Amino acid sequence: MSVADWTEADLGVPGRVLTVVRAPAAGLSSPSPLVDPSAPEVVQLAADLVATMRVSPGCVGLAANQVGVAAHVFAVDVSQHPKTRTSHGTFVLCNAEVVEATRKEKGREGCMSVPDLTGDVKRATRLTVRGRLPGSGEELVVETDAFEARALQHEIDHCAGYLFLDRVAGAHAVFPRQTYL
Amino acid sequence: MEPVSLIAVTVIGHDRPGIIADATAGLAGLGLNLEDSTMTLLRGHFAMMLICSGDRSPDEVRDALAPLTADGRLQVVAAAVPGEDPADVLGRRPYVLTVHGGDRPGIVSAVTRVLAAAGGNVTDLTTRLTGDLYVAVAEVDLPADADADAVGASLRDAGAELGVGVTLRPQETDVL
Repeated sequence: MSVADWTEADLGVPGRVLTVVRAPAAGLSSPSPLVDPSAPEVVQLAADLVATMRVSPGCVGLAANQVGVAAHVFAVDVSQHPKTRTSHGTFVLCNAEVVEATRKEKGREGCMSVPDLTGDVKRATRLTVRGRLPGSGEELVVETDAFEARALQHEIDHCAGYLFLDRVAGAHAVFPRQTYL
Repeated sequence: MEPVSLIAVTVIGHDRPGIIADATAGLAGLGLNLEDSTMTLLRGHFAMMLICSGDRSPDEVRDALAPLTADGRLQVVAAAVPGEDPADVLGRRPYVLTVHGGDRPGIVSAVTRVLAAAGGNVTDLTTRLTGDLYVAVAEVDLPADADADAVGASLRDAGAELGVGVTLRPQETDVL
């Protein structure tokens, strides 16, 4: 199947909203172990990640270690974001890896686990990712661009134990998150 | 022609609109030229450092900037500095270092000690503290013959002892 056809209803379990942990939580700086995509706890985790992402304003992606679970799983949904070109809707990938990454561009990133800072990070704008769907375990290749590519690289970095802070372009590329009310 | 001297000026203290305008007007009035400058807010404090050139003495600069310090909320320091040769960038490679983790004393000193032992020179540094999260991002020149992977591993070891994450990566420079 195409990842664009997948919905969280395919998981067959309701998602629970979990608490998002913030740096310096230790689990955010450790690589997450690969998982069995069809294990019931992974299916539940996938549903929980989607549910937690949905209730978090502006959240376009969430990795398992952001909800305190050491597992190579993340959810993404950039469909409502203005910088999106290609979007595959809501999906969850297990054990995802970057296959090809080209055309790097700098962009400003934030993170629910680093709520007070943003940073300029160079990411590929053409991206091919391979991963497995939770539940069926089917292996999929996702080709995307622009903001969805950025979100996927950000989440795959979480699974490797990296924050956007580990990728910022230089000493003048980290900024306080400004809220002008 | 008179030899041109360099004067380093620092202005630090309570922030308000117009500090830069006032300070640079004083320098311009002396005919000084701004050669290099940086300014930021440190925990809300105005902080500016600059190097200016011209045939003036530090005392003349202090006198010209005296109105800035009149209310006691800003400090101004002016001092003559020698000219420096441009950094020898040949034979050096630029890297970016990130350190993040729980705040505690000694993070920057421990990490920069490892860099110094490897001949690494910090060329720019920003640190931020938000809540419990301490973040330092440094730009570092390493000698061209340095083993960057080994330096990175030593930095991670030093970070692990402090419970902070450390990454060292080449700085990407696009030449167009």
